[in-house]
Amino acid sequence: MAKNFSFSKLWKGPFGTYLIVIVAYVIFQVLASTGNLPSVIIGLLPTICAYIAAAVSLNLVVGISGELSLGHAAFMSVGCYTGVVAATCYSAMFDIPWLVFFLSMFTGAAFAALAGFVVGVPVLRLSGDYLAIVTLAFGEIIKNIMNNLYVGLDASGLHFSLTSTTDLHMTNGKIIINGPQGAVGIEQLSTFFFGFILVMLTLAVVLNLVRSRSGRAIMAVRDNSIAAESVGINTMKYRLMAFVVAAALAGMAGVLYAMNYNAVVPVRFDYNASILILVYVVLGGIGNIRGSIISATVLVVLPEVLRFMSEYRMLIYAIVLIAVMVLPNVPAVKRFLDYLPTKLPFLRKRSEVPGDVVGGAE
Amino acid sequence: MLSVQDLNVYYGSIHALKGVSFDVDEGEIVTLIGANGAGKSTTLNTIAGLLRPRTGSITYEGESLTNVPAHKIVNRSIALCPEGRRIFLNMTVRENLEMGGFTRDDAEASESMERVFKRFPRLRERESQSGGTLSGGEQQMLAMGRALMSNPKLLMLDEPSMGLAPILVEEIFDIIKSLHEQGTTILLVEQNAQMALSVADRAYVLETGNVTMSGKASDLANDDRVRKAYLGG
Repeated sequence: MAKNFSFSKLWKGPFGTYLIVIVAYVIFQVLASTGNLPSVIIGLLPTICAYIAAAVSLNLVVGISGELSLGHAAFMSVGCYTGVVAATCYSAMFDIPWLVFFLSMFTGAAFAALAGFVVGVPVLRLSGDYLAIVTLAFGEIIKNIMNNLYVGLDASGLHFSLTSTTDLHMTNGKIIINGPQGAVGIEQLSTFFFGFILVMLTLAVVLNLVRSRSGRAIMAVRDNSIAAESVGINTMKYRLMAFVVAAALAGMAGVLYAMNYNAVVPVRFDYNASILILVYVVLGGIGNIRGSIISATVLVVLPEVLRFMSEYRMLIYAIVLIAVMVLPNVPAVKRFLDYLPTKLPFLRKRSEVPGDVVGGAE
Repeated sequence: MLSVQDLNVYYGSIHALKGVSFDVDEGEIVTLIGANGAGKSTTLNTIAGLLRPRTGSITYEGESLTNVPAHKIVNRSIALCPEGRRIFLNMTVRENLEMGGFTRDDAEASESMERVFKRFPRLRERESQSGGTLSGGEQQMLAMGRALMSNPKLLMLDEPSMGLAPILVEEIFDIIKSLHEQGTTILLVEQNAQMALSVADRAYVLETGNVTMSGKASDLANDDRVRKAYLGG
């Protein structure tokens, strides 16, 4: 097959996506260690990675599976809080930060997957607008549970309560989750490198799933559920699979996000956060994984870069969002975008396979 | 082979099938004819498990199909080629066929693929073209090919002639005839009653959810009432 080797073909596959992330990681790492990156951005790097993972996983639900979910941040919060609790327990057992981090991340993923399953089973009986509204409601329910959750750790083990810290009945323990104040006293274990690992892991899971037999089934259900059922695809099973996998990945993103801060309040994961992740997905292109990576990066960094404009910065942020959505449809810009690929071959959308359709914006 | 007894199906409060009964014997072509809204597609979709009957029973080779979910029907060697073709427009012809063999293992699927390509040489020519770029006739062939990928004993065809030029309709019906000659039992739903009656062994006439007439296809084709209502005089 060496004769058929072509870089452009490889570039268009998952390898190209991995390469983009690796190159971006190296560039940012070099910039950071040589002191060429503002400290605000350096502190933001794990957060960027968390949002990339969240956006890519939401793209699995919205783009690949075709369900508009408005509660994705809730799965981040489940991952975040279970991950923080797990980290506190694991740190008491052993003193290896990376091991604690990854064990917590997988614990967070497991609980988020469980939440995804519990929410997914009733929600996926619906579709379209109804599904969107019910995911929104479930997101709020999860946020409210977190708002009233108290967890503490003392010598006798973990204590849970849904009313107050005194109800925990602890003796000189450590309060891990303190109701509306959220997770407190988090060990800041997240690093840019861990973030990079999470992004690669998310990409590996999503890109492999999409190219697998199950992925084909998920897309068949999206494109035509009646035809999918008539060829023997269990539509519920595959929609649920996409939903649960996405929830687990969002849970991991939540753990990474949490461990970049001292404390995380539950309202961080309200519907605004869910909408924000959806904005990353839509702006990057529904079903376009690379687009999610780029738009999540730009849109997390943008408000920080615009900080010098103080109260005008969210206005500019909104204008940028509108511009990105509207400009590609302005005739002059459209002509320019059509003209670019003729000069830059690697931007061409599809290979010139005979009989292949050329994907256009029309 | 297939026996449908007293099927009652509702869409919400609309009573779509009002006690429909019929059977299909092994090796037959049976057609359901009738006007728009008579309940023909509803009947097929109910057998395929896409709709649930409120009462009545569906028995296939001695086993009840009444509460079998749609995705498990294929494993009973029944395939539905749905109305309006419903191919996967974003997938290539080959990928569409692969989806048809979803419940089969790789060896069986590639064997079926060869058979389908032999029957529809046009599909082999279009193998890597996406389904949405095919003509109407080719899409119908693809939909039939996809249904045949599971190697069914009973093939249910819902309006295969819909929206096709007369010459293509002939072609599709020739394929139906040759499938039948090779031993596939066919349940055919058609608005084009003339064509349907010309290939079928037996026929049932559906009117607003009831079977109003049934018999040998050749007898029905000569029946005055059928001629007036469905064959243009």
